[in-house]
Amino acid sequence: MAALQPFTLTAIRTHQASLVAEWLAGLDASGATRNLKADDLKRQTEEFLDLLHAGLQNGDASNLNAGAWDEVRLFLEKLSHSRALLGQDSQQTATFIFSLKGPLFALLQREYSEQPAQLANQLLQVSELLDALGLHTIRTFQKSREAVIKRQQEELLELSTPVVKLWDGVLALPMIGTLDSQRTQVVMESLLQRIVDTGSEIAIIDITGVPTVDTLVAQHLLKTVTAIRLMGADCIISGVRPQIAQTIVHLGLDLQGVVTKANLADALKLALHRLGLSVAKAG
Amino acid sequence: MSAEQSGTQPILLEQDVVRARQLARTLAQGCGMSLINLTKLVTAVSELARNAVVYGGGGHMDWQVVEKDHRKGLRLTFRDEGPGIPDIKLAMTDGWTSGGGLGLGLTGAKRLVDEFELDTAPGAGTRVTILRWA
Repeated sequence: MAALQPFTLTAIRTHQASLVAEWLAGLDASGATRNLKADDLKRQTEEFLDLLHAGLQNGDASNLNAGAWDEVRLFLEKLSHSRALLGQDSQQTATFIFSLKGPLFALLQREYSEQPAQLANQLLQVSELLDALGLHTIRTFQKSREAVIKRQQEELLELSTPVVKLWDGVLALPMIGTLDSQRTQVVMESLLQRIVDTGSEIAIIDITGVPTVDTLVAQHLLKTVTAIRLMGADCIISGVRPQIAQTIVHLGLDLQGVVTKANLADALKLALHRLGLSVAKAG
Repeated sequence: MSAEQSGTQPILLEQDVVRARQLARTLAQGCGMSLINLTKLVTAVSELARNAVVYGGGGHMDWQVVEKDHRKGLRLTFRDEGPGIPDIKLAMTDGWTSGGGLGLGLTGAKRLVDEFELDTAPGAGTRVTILRWA
């Protein structure tokens, strides 16, 4: 692909002020400027044109990964990031670049009015360049969003498995939501670690917050119970509601050998009893 | 049967099992199903949807609200284009599994619903149709 003509570059340079003005007007009309300060936007458009000009002077418009475009890419990455923080969506962010097309095309049309062949060629070049830059902003925008989602997922995973100490030697793990392999792994690890740390003898797994107990969940539970026993502790499963009990029977799950209770209070009572403790009314 | 009373939901990934379960729960609630029947149906959906993902390589769940003698029910079909089941008798045996599960999903699902139909052949995918009355 041929590079942009020096004449085009000069044209952009000479008419930069009017380009910026038209670009800003276009941005305003497209509604992509909500939540943005006018000053910031003006500074950003000017800075981008400067960087674009510098990039075009030093590098090839067909290869945006080249070193000459480092500053432009960096600028766009920062821009995407700040737009994401301001709550703009990817479309609004990309519009920033794409709305430069209108004023730029109009400028080229004026400058090349005598040379239609050159005009077509230059328009194609500029269009491809701006498309590539726009896509780069979307890609960056997406990446920063994905990073946010991933972080939240990890936080959720940690948050959703709190191991609480109910009494000296008694730990409880209230499970909430769907139990998949990954979560069970996290749950098992944190519970087993807490058993070691606290020297607890009894662990209660409460499944009141688990809406569906199917064979996979049961398998995960049985594995956890086995692991707890191998560590020399006992395990009680509480929160087995009537509908869950019936479902377990129909599924044909064998929970024999696993102590189960209808609610957490009963499980705690049993745990205290096993530890030789009893709760009495004061006075 | 009106259009709103049937539909299809894709089950392609592990997360879709949860979505299929939630849809079945909502539909069953719409049929006025009791909590116990609802829990049984949703558990059966969980087993069959997971089978479609794990063994069938992903598939679809067709749902249909049916009515007979003023009684509403939910008919669900799980279909995949997977390898199929070579030995149905063996697959319907408690405790037998071709994967790493407990081997109770298919047989358990059958016991959790009112009607159960398995249609499969090696290389022809698998279709499981279940029906639960409210």
